[in-house]
Parts: sequence; C-alpha cells; structure tokens
Amino acid sequence: MNQHKETSLNPNDSSHSSRLRWGIGLFFMLCAGLVLADFIFHRHTIHPWETLWGFYALFGFVACVLLVLIAKVMRLFLMRSEDYYDNR
Amino acid sequence: MIIADLHPGLPFFLGALVVLVTPLRYRWIPLLLTPLLGFINLMGWELGTTTELTFLGFTLNPVRVDRLSYLFGILFHIAAFLGILFSLHLKDRMQHIAGLCYAGSAIGAVFAGDLLTLFIFWELLALTSSLLIFARREPRAFRSGTRYLIFQVGSGVLLLAGTIVYFNDSSSLLFEHIGLTSTAGWLIFLAFGIKSAFPLLHNWLTDAYPEATPTGTVFLSAFTTKVAVYALARGFPGTELLIYIGVTMTCFPIFYAVIENDLRRVLAYSMINQIGFMICGIGIGTELAINGAISHAFNDVIFKSLLMMTMGAVLFRTGKINGSDLGGLYKSMPKTAAFCLIGAASISAFPLFSGFVSKSMVMAAALEEGYHWVWIGLLFASAGVFHHAGIKIPFFAFFSHDAGIRVKEAPTNMLFAMGLAALLCIGIGSYPWILYDLLPFPVSYLPFDNTHVIAQLQLLFFSALAFVWLKLSGIYPPELRSINLDFEWVYRKLVPTQFSNLVSAYQRFAEIAHRLWVYSSRRLEVAGRRLHGPDGQLSKTWMTGSMIVIVLLTLSAVLLKNLL
Repeated sequence: MNQHKETSLNPNDSSHSSRLRWGIGLFFMLCAGLVLADFIFHRHTIHPWETLWGFYALFGFVACVLLVLIAKVMRLFLMRSEDYYDNR
Repeated sequence: MIIADLHPGLPFFLGALVVLVTPLRYRWIPLLLTPLLGFINLMGWELGTTTELTFLGFTLNPVRVDRLSYLFGILFHIAAFLGILFSLHLKDRMQHIAGLCYAGSAIGAVFAGDLLTLFIFWELLALTSSLLIFARREPRAFRSGTRYLIFQVGSGVLLLAGTIVYFNDSSSLLFEHIGLTSTAGWLIFLAFGIKSAFPLLHNWLTDAYPEATPTGTVFLSAFTTKVAVYALARGFPGTELLIYIGVTMTCFPIFYAVIENDLRRVLAYSMINQIGFMICGIGIGTELAINGAISHAFNDVIFKSLLMMTMGAVLFRTGKINGSDLGGLYKSMPKTAAFCLIGAASISAFPLFSGFVSKSMVMAAALEEGYHWVWIGLLFASAGVFHHAGIKIPFFAFFSHDAGIRVKEAPTNMLFAMGLAALLCIGIGSYPWILYDLLPFPVSYLPFDNTHVIAQLQLLFFSALAFVWLKLSGIYPPELRSINLDFEWVYRKLVPTQFSNLVSAYQRFAEIAHRLWVYSSRRLEVAGRRLHGPDGQLSKTWMTGSMIVIVLLTLSAVLLKNLL
C-alpha cells in the first residue's frame, strides 16, 4: 500500500490525493483499533468460529475478496454487450 | 370519527379519483393529503377487528386488523407518503394515479382476511404497478413491463387456483397458516414465491424495476415484494424450505450486483438479497426470527426507498444511471450524496442505522436454532451487501473519477422525501424501540451490546478494507457498459431462438414436403397422360381379333397347367 499507488484510486484528481491519503490512513487505524477491541471487550459466542480472535474482521475481508474474485470470473462467461437481447 | 369505517385501502382509491379531476396546479393538495387522511383512517381501526361480508355465498373478511397487518399498514402509509412526495414535481397524471392505486392495493392486500380478497388486491397490485413501468414510454420499458405483467398475473392465477383447491379441501377462505401439506399449499406458496422473487423466479424484478420511471421505481421497491413477504409470514412461518430459499436469495444476487453496471439494477439485486434475510427469518419461524424478518421488511422499505430515490434523482438530473457514465456527482448534488450515504449505511447495517437493529435478529435466530451453515451464508451476504450497496452505489455515482457531469441539485420535493427517509433510517436505527413495540411478538433482544456492535463493525470495516485494497491494486472489476446473463436468458433468448429455430425447421420441412408433392403429382400426371392420353397405350382401341387371341392363349395356359 505505498504512496504512489494510492493516487490510482482517483487518477484524474490529483488535488485530492493528500486528503485521500489522510482518509485512508485514518481508516487503517480504525481497522486496527477494531481488531484490538477484541482484546478489551469480551464477545459472547455461540459458534466455535466466533471465539477466534478477530474472526469477524478476517471473515469480512476474505468474504469480500472472494466475492469480487468470483464475480470477476463470472464476467468471463456471463458478460454480453448491452444490446444482446435487442437483436433478435 | 366520520371516516373511521372506511376500508384502509379505500382512501387511496378515492384520492386517485380526486387527483383525476384536479387541475395540475392544485394536484399536490390531494396527493399529499391522501396518505395522511389514510393514516388517520387506519388509526381509527382497533387491533383485533375483523369485518365479515357474505358475497355469493362466500364468507369474506375484507379487513382484518392484527399486529402483523397493522405494522405493514403503517409501513405502507409511510412508503406511500415518501413516494408521493418524491414524485410531486411530475406533470404525469397517470403516474400519480397509478402510484396512489398501487399503494391502496398493497394496503388492501395486507388487511385482507381471506384468500379471495387477497387475490383481488394481488391482481390490482400487478396492474397498477405495471403502469409505473409503462409510464417510461419507451419501447424497451414497454417490453420489460409486459414481461413483468406476465409474471405478476401468472402469480395471481396460481393464487386463484390455490384458493379454489383450498376452499374445496377446507370449505373456508380464511387466510391463516397454510403450510406445505396440500396441493393448495404448494400452489399458494408458488404464487407468493413469484412475487417475493424466489431464485429462478426473480428476474422480473431485476428486469423491470430498473426500466421504470425515476419516481416509479421508488413505489415499486416498496410494495410488491413486501406484500409477498407479509403473505409468507402469515401463511408459511416455520417452513424449513424457506430457510434454504432465503439463504440462497441472500447470497447469489450479490455476485451479480458487483459486476452490474446499471446502478438501479444493482439495487434490484440487493433487494433480492435483503428479501432473502426476511424469508430466512420466516423459515426459521421462532419469535425472534419472525420479529427480525418483519422489522427488516419495515426498515428495508425505508432504506431501499431512500437509495432508489437517490438513484432516481441522479437519473432525473443527469439522464444517466450506468456506473460507467457517472462519477464525481457529489460536487453537483452534495445533499443527494449525503442522503445516499445514510441509505448505504442503513442497508449495510451500521450500528445506529436502521438495518443493524433488524438484520442482526435474523442472524442471531439462525445461530440460536443451530443453523450454522445458514448463519455463515448470511454473514457472507452481510459482508457482500456492504460491498455492493454500501460502497459501490455511492462510490461510482458520487465519487470515483469525475465524469465531468455538472447538474443542479435534486428538486426540493425530492430532497424533502430523501431527508424524511434518512431521518427515519437514523431514528429507527438509534431508537429501535419505536419499531420493536409494533412487532408481532414481545422483543427481548438487545441490539447494542458489545458483541453485536464490535462484531458488526469488524465485519463492515474489513469489508471496506477489502474494497480499498482491491481498488488500489487494480483487481477490482471496472464498470463496463455491458449486461450479464441471468436465468432470464432462458425465456428471453434460449426459448425464443429455439422456438424460431423450430419454426424455421418446420418451414423447411413443409417446403420440401410441398415440393415432393408437386413433383410426384406432376410425375403421376405425366404417367397418366402417357397411358391414358390421346396416344396412351391404355386408351387405344384394340381389335376384336387380338382380344380373342389373348383369351384363347390365357385359357389354353390354364388348361395346360391343370393337365400337368
């Protein structure tokens, strides 16, 4: 996550890049803080996986990466041009 | 009160009549008054009232007011008010009237105490809602609306068939718990299933909702599917099959939502995902689960309306709705962008926003009842919904790269409607007991304990982290001008092309058969001419002598044979 890559989030708008960097930095700190909160607060659990430290964080991250990767693969065989149904 | 005896849906139909004859300048008065007067009328009904009516020898219950129907009644009045306020600037009388009648039908359906009354409002829902799609007045929307109407009327036909079988079995039309033990049960289940967009029956929703007018989709997203959710909660609570249907509905649409370009279609897919949570809760059937399902329906109507309104405002101002054409709109439409973020936070179930206080009940119920894999599926869907509805919608419309579109902020009436919906999202999210008090069962669930809040925040923040990482590393799929094949391919492409193949194959066969017929009949004619024509062998006049010779030869041949 180095600095020159961050501008690629907003390539046409370099004036925002420093504010964006700040925002993303703050966001990372919040993420870290939430994982640390697992040390401080006790979560009552029902499912054995829930007892895992930072389970929800890990699950959210993995789930979304999987979601996007699978969706990307789906594009290979499901994507058609916009007028696909129009030309009979 | 004078109007306390009116059927709860009737004020809307009367309102539509008044709007019909009111000139454009004053039309806003009956439009805004209708849901307000309707609400006052509804408040006049006492919980536990059931009206009875004998019609052609059938005992009907046009109005049944219990906790379940009352809650949906209140919800639909709120939704109608939001939709009307949002579409107040329109000069299109047809849309205003269709919207009012549509809301009235939805209210009539949830208060229907018997299956025949339900059927009538069920079909009225189909007809009135389709006008909001046809009102786009484009060939594309017309075709889409026709497909929509076929599905909706088909659902009505199944409901009527189920009602007839049900009446034959039990000689009662009362709409109570039905269950899947009889043919009637299955027919009615399927009718409800079509309207609540069960997997493989879901494409009418993703097909037609994005084709409706910018204001029409706000109405559409509120009523039809939620009436179906209500009907399932009334007729089929605790049906285990619904759990698996529900969890499927939460999971598969989110993949489509990630790669879909039309942002209103993204919301249509996310609607199926949200309905999945409700259906799952109805299937689990415990008090906590039903409460979760119903309260989620309540919240979903409001935050989905809010999101549809923000996208409607974008479409109204820019004429564009594809993620690939939009971006940077927060500069021109900052208020709409802010409302969109509130809607996004609500659908993603951020603590203090409305989705959080209801969705978590369904998930807690799944865990408590030991449906662990279902819970994993719902958790996956929760992370996914944040990804596509919570991040993708606001990001590609209002932020992302600046598409250079400069337009005016949304009209005032739209801003008020969005503001009101946003207020409700935050209000219910921060103080859920106003909603909990309306639920069918007493609520002992505590939404804001450490466990729920930390778990949900971790899930959401790390879903967002995944988005940021995928976006920065360039893995995230770009918005492309495209469509994606879904089950509708079967009836929009496969069957039509196969049918036309079949027709052309038949035509080829018929042509060959015809040629063969012409050829053979011509050959027959030629042969006939040769034998029987003027010079034909068989039309010659023969001499008597040669006849005698032939007879003589034949007879002697017979004689010879007998001798030997």
